Amino acid sequence: MIDIMKIVIGGVLVNNFIMSKFLGICPFLGVSKKSGTAFGMGMAVTFVMTIASFFTWLIEHYILIPLGLNAFMQTIAFILVIASLVQIVELVLKKLSRSLYQALGVYLPLITTNCAVLGVALLNSTEGYTLVQSVVNGFGSAIGFTLAIVLFAFIRERLATSNMPKWMEGFPGALIAAGLMSLAFQGFSGLI
Amino acid sequence: MQTILYATLILGGLGLLFGLLLTLANKVFHVPSNPKRDAIRNCLPGANCGGCGFAGCDALADAIVEEKAPLSACPVGGADVANQIAEIMGVEALPDQVRNVATVVCQGTLDRCKNKFVYHGIQDCVAASLVNDGNRSCKYACLGLGTCVKACKFGAITIDEHSKIAKVDPDKCQSCGACVKACPKGVLSLQPETVPVRLLCRAAEEGFLVSDNCKIGCIGCELCASACKFGAITIVNHLPVIDMNKCVGCMMCAETCPNGSLWGDFDNRKIAEIDRDLCIGCTICKKTCKFEAISGELKQIHEVNEACTGCGECAKKCPKKAITLSVRKHVRDANAKVGTTIVDAAVPKN
Repeated sequence: MIDIMKIVIGGVLVNNFIMSKFLGICPFLGVSKKSGTAFGMGMAVTFVMTIASFFTWLIEHYILIPLGLNAFMQTIAFILVIASLVQIVELVLKKLSRSLYQALGVYLPLITTNCAVLGVALLNSTEGYTLVQSVVNGFGSAIGFTLAIVLFAFIRERLATSNMPKWMEGFPGALIAAGLMSLAFQGFSGLI
Repeated sequence: MQTILYATLILGGLGLLFGLLLTLANKVFHVPSNPKRDAIRNCLPGANCGGCGFAGCDALADAIVEEKAPLSACPVGGADVANQIAEIMGVEALPDQVRNVATVVCQGTLDRCKNKFVYHGIQDCVAASLVNDGNRSCKYACLGLGTCVKACKFGAITIDEHSKIAKVDPDKCQSCGACVKACPKGVLSLQPETVPVRLLCRAAEEGFLVSDNCKIGCIGCELCASACKFGAITIVNHLPVIDMNKCVGCMMCAETCPNGSLWGDFDNRKIAEIDRDLCIGCTICKKTCKFEAISGELKQIHEVNEACTGCGECAKKCPKKAITLSVRKHVRDANAKVGTTIVDAAVPKN
């Protein structure tokens, strides 16, 4: 149980995907102009990362490791699994839960090949997590991603209306804010 | 060797498996969507260019089905696609959309409209128009310095060297309206490409002022208004305004215009032809004709003479649909007598 807690807190705060591992920067900067869309993106990532962790663990432990292929087949096999999985999940959601499908909307297919999703699968493998730990790590890391992107969206909303020097407006200011946020998240290191 | 074989087999197998799963999921979890929507989606070009303002062709198909977008929303597909969609949606095929082209509403070439002073300033119409309303003697005239040429992104406008007046190539014009906004004189306007008559002068002045300045300007003589037998022309600000809903295209106004400022599409002027097999001699067309161009006694086959203006009123009234309109081969002869046939009045077209 303590293990699980450690993984969750590690994923959300200490080893935050965006703020300390610098994975998934693309949606972090691209979809963080409004807090609403940022939250939608976060939810889609959470969804995909959790199920991706589950299925990649199965693929790795029941197919790749027994055949001794995990050293070089991980990346390509994981990408294949994740991409197909997201497509299938999208089809299922469209049929079974129209509201969830519409809520995740365009973000679901967008993050199919996001590096954060592949990253969590590869990290689960290098850390040697069990199935439960993998899924919890996927979920926790994704919550961390959501936290970071939503907080950043709030900051950018404030920045958009604030009086800034001309040369700082837009991306320059946003990137500096992201850097400062990352510094702040470094303060969590040593927590576990 | 074994490793490579395994790797290939595993990856291939996984790919095949997921492919099958996807196909299965697509079948099992197929959500029946509006068949109209799918049909519309198939009509659209599928380039997902976003030119319509929606997030791709799927989004546009959704919007059209929900009637949130017009049938002709796809700018790439144009009229073809719009008509197909109209058919799917159960709407009458759209009427052929009138294509607008930028039109130069001035015929004041240098030999007709003199310069009132020599302009040596910046070679731009906006700058020139600030100096005493420009250097042409008519203050409504095209200055010919090419501000519209620079504004046109499609190379459709040229300035003629000798006449110093803008000329639009209707084939290249995309009716974007950039030149209309750029012209400081308001000489350019977007007008339907094909019209029977068109006023090519904007001089809203007393006739004697206009005739001093320009040989081809509209002097507001109102002859066109009285020549129009359909009440389509009213004179506003010394210029005729043509009501295109009332205009039948007889071009009598352009024919009457004493100095040619009212242009008529004489190359495409129509003439009525009576089908001798269908005519029963009811005299309805003869009574309808406002130009005395149809002759014939009761129960005898009627004839059209060269006085016909091609207004088409007789064709609308004919109960036997015996009258068709075709492009005439000769210039109209206003004095054509009853009985002169079409071929005999052979005045060559000018």
